[in-house]
Amino acid sequence: MKIIDKKIIAPNVHEMTLAAPGIAEKARAGQFAIAIPNRFSERTPLTLADWDAGKGEVSVVFLEIGDATRDLAALTTGDEMYSFTGPLGQPFDIDKFGKVGLVGGCYGIGGILPAARAMQAAGNEVVAFSEARSSFLLYWNDKLEEAAHDVRYSTSDGSLGRKGHAHDLLAENLEEGEHFDRILAIGCTFMMYRIAQVTRPYQIKTVVSMNPIMIDGTGMCGACRLSIGGKTKFACVDGPHFDGHEVDWDVVLARRKAYLEEEIVAKER
Amino acid sequence: MAKIIPTKTPMREQPAAQRVRNFDEVPHGYSLEEAVQEAKRCLQCKKPFCVEGCPVGIDIPSFITYIKEKKLREGIDRIKETNILPAICGRVCPQEEQCEKRCILGKKHQPVAIGRLERFLADWERNEGKAELPVVAKKTGKRVAVVGAGPAGITVAADLVKQGHEIDVFEALHEPGGVLVYGIPEFRLPKDIVFTEIDFLKKLGVRIHLDTVIGMITSLDELLEEFDAVFIGTGAGLPWFMGLSGENLNGVYSANEYLTRANLMKAYLFPKYKTPITVGKRVATIGGGNVAMDCARSALRLGAEESILIYRRAREQMPAREEEIHHAEEEGIQFNLLTNPIAYHGDGRGWLKNIECIRMELGEADESGRRRPVPVDGSNFMIPADVLVVAIGNSPNPLIPNTTPDIATTRWRTIETDPETGRTSKRGVFAGGDVATGAATVIQAMGAGKIAARGIQAYLETGEW
Ligand SMILES: Cc1cc2nc3c(=O)[nH]c(=O)nc-3n(C[C@H](O)[C@H](O)[C@H](O)COP(=O)(O)OP(=O)(O)OC[C@H]3O[C@@H](n4cnc5c(N)ncnc54)[C@H](O)[C@@H]3O)c2cc1C
Ligand SMILES: Cc1cc2nc3c(=O)[nH]c(=O)nc-3n(C[C@H](O)[C@H](O)[C@H](O)COP(=O)(O)OP(=O)(O)OC[C@H]3O[C@@H](n4cnc5c(N)ncnc54)[C@H](O)[C@@H]3O)c2cc1C
Ligand code: SF4
Ligand code: SF4
Ligand code: FES
Repeated sequence: MKIIDKKIIAPNVHEMTLAAPGIAEKARAGQFAIAIPNRFSERTPLTLADWDAGKGEVSVVFLEIGDATRDLAALTTGDEMYSFTGPLGQPFDIDKFGKVGLVGGCYGIGGILPAARAMQAAGNEVVAFSEARSSFLLYWNDKLEEAAHDVRYSTSDGSLGRKGHAHDLLAENLEEGEHFDRILAIGCTFMMYRIAQVTRPYQIKTVVSMNPIMIDGTGMCGACRLSIGGKTKFACVDGPHFDGHEVDWDVVLARRKAYLEEEIVAKER
Repeated sequence: MAKIIPTKTPMREQPAAQRVRNFDEVPHGYSLEEAVQEAKRCLQCKKPFCVEGCPVGIDIPSFITYIKEKKLREGIDRIKETNILPAICGRVCPQEEQCEKRCILGKKHQPVAIGRLERFLADWERNEGKAELPVVAKKTGKRVAVVGAGPAGITVAADLVKQGHEIDVFEALHEPGGVLVYGIPEFRLPKDIVFTEIDFLKKLGVRIHLDTVIGMITSLDELLEEFDAVFIGTGAGLPWFMGLSGENLNGVYSANEYLTRANLMKAYLFPKYKTPITVGKRVATIGGGNVAMDCARSALRLGAEESILIYRRAREQMPAREEEIHHAEEEGIQFNLLTNPIAYHGDGRGWLKNIECIRMELGEADESGRRRPVPVDGSNFMIPADVLVVAIGNSPNPLIPNTTPDIATTRWRTIETDPETGRTSKRGVFAGGDVATGAATVIQAMGAGKIAARGIQAYLETGEW
């Protein structure tokens, strides 16, 4: 699959656009793809962040954090991606809910863009929450501002929007009496966990986009299993979106660390 | 008549102590002399029962005669009339349950080593490097979509392309081959062999589309708009878990995940290939089938110090092939028989530490005729392990039935098919292999592929359903 465009949109954050007409035609908000950057790399799940069915292009946004994402980052415009499979997973449940809050952090800022468009098209009032450590790490502000009715920023250093995290801002909004009919959160596990904590007392349905380790992405390996409401679910086919109030977060946070040791060997090589 | 040699001509193999540290194939295969010697054991029965035991009905006495006469080209061609994957079946078929079980010699002595002879011919052809292309019929203009590039799908594609139809195979993974590639380990079935067979298919004109998950990027109904018929051969890839507490601890794998990491993603070549696998010091595998043997034997090769098998029945009741059990024993896999896990305990930091087990004893026979294992009260004990592989079985992946509501499934979630034609409940759609039968064997999947190919051929000719 040909890489049409690849650029760095914030330090350590890459945007990549691929020629993938089949995926562009079928993609729906909340689905993902699995990329293998070169033939030695891992299968790496990436959320479909943007697409254009007319042009036959899809875009992903990724953070360079480990081996697989480093291999991805090493590819540039004009290169071939070794393998790219999608769309995978269930799309977001899009309907007219009323007022919807979309929370994006790290790669999830890209991830909430299609949700914002779809939710707006379905007649919702859409508020996007975009968070990062500092303003220079935020990206796609213009795209989000176009797709949502309101974009609220938060940065750890206070350089843009509220100082702190998205969950601090959301908690504040809720305390002030603002009402949301539904919340969707995409980003790092810890952020989604905190958002689910914040909305729990208000009983707002909170959908989180889980990102466990995956291999095939078709329900074959069981690596992505999660405990949801006491039942084992496979994130790649049953999800990746689940009710954040039903996720067994202890297990999720523990599984996160599974490959730490092996990743270190890979780095020391 | 010369006196019958009672035992099979032995096949040389890598010594156990050496092979447990590499992923190279275990048996080396026959030399020409050895093959001829073994071929001479065959009695050339007028009514060869062996053929009845082979799910695809290979003309066994005939190919064995060719080996005796050293006419290897003729021999392999004879096999390929019915079986397009002889190098694979000769290695992984449970011959002792199929062709060799019915061999007349087996009544008093060891049966003819049919599988080894089949493998010999296939390896000869591959090493010669000139697999002959069969004659392909004139183009019919009909198009058939095959979903899944496992043995069932490969067989359908090969049989129908020869009839002159245009064939497109859609495969979810980035490599074709199904379980042959992601499941069965390199030391039992070198992947180069599978890729040679797939190449052969491509040379016949079959188009293979990788990275294509049917049900997601294209629905079955969309395929039917473009193709005259569709075959579903998506296998039985959904892993079962036992639902025990602690199953989500780090270090607990399904057999599919463990083997996929090791085989498809080549974790045994880590860190050159970057997919990691937790090697562990003590690896325990739960189950007693071929899949469990593959996991337990892979564990040692990946570098584990000890590999332990936990199985709830007795050795005689293990569903794995005798040859695999024997290989596993030779390699020092520790068998914990009549033992069943009941819970997994962590080390407090999210990693597996102990498997709590209970002893079993054999009770009354159940419907299957096997004596049912029953737990012995109060016999709980711990087996320490840092990696655990759950190899208790798989069921068909529901992706296609879920996205195609008008396909009837059974209560075992397999797709309902007509055994004579491979037809499903949906017009123009056929199915076969593990998705229709539940987890079975390579040659059974190929047999189902052959039946479906005939069913599709008839449907394309008559248009009748
Ligand atoms: C459905 C789904 C969609 C995803 N979408 C995107 C996306 O659009 N963009 C993107 O950048 N990433 C996305 N991810 C996460 C991405 O797949 C992982 O970041 C990537 O696999 C890590 O590979 P690595 O080898 O580079 O890092 P590793 O070497 O595996 O990890 C490096 C460090 O990051 C931690 N880590 C590993 N995986 C994750 C994770 N999923 N989340 C947070 N920390 C992690 C590890 O514990 C380790 O400390 C998605 C994951 C899933 C399951
Ligand atoms: C570890 C292991 C060891 C085994 N050992 C032996 C042995 O020694 N001898 C023996 O005879 N049998 C053995 N078997 C069983 C044998 O491999 C299977 O019975 C056989 O492979 C079934 O073939 P199949 O074509 O039906 O399915 P599979 O081989 O499972 O192939 C199905 C293919 O379909 C693809 N697919 C699934 N869903 C989709 C979709 N939606 N879209 C596109 N593609 C899709 C899958 O990725 C896969 O490639 C073993 C099985 C395992 C798991
Ligand atoms: S395909 Fe299998 S069952 Fe048939 S003859 Fe060969 S080894 Fe025997
Ligand atoms: S049954 Fe045995 S001896 Fe008879 S033809 Fe078959 S292989 Fe030869
Ligand atoms: S990634 Fe393998 S089952 Fe979900």
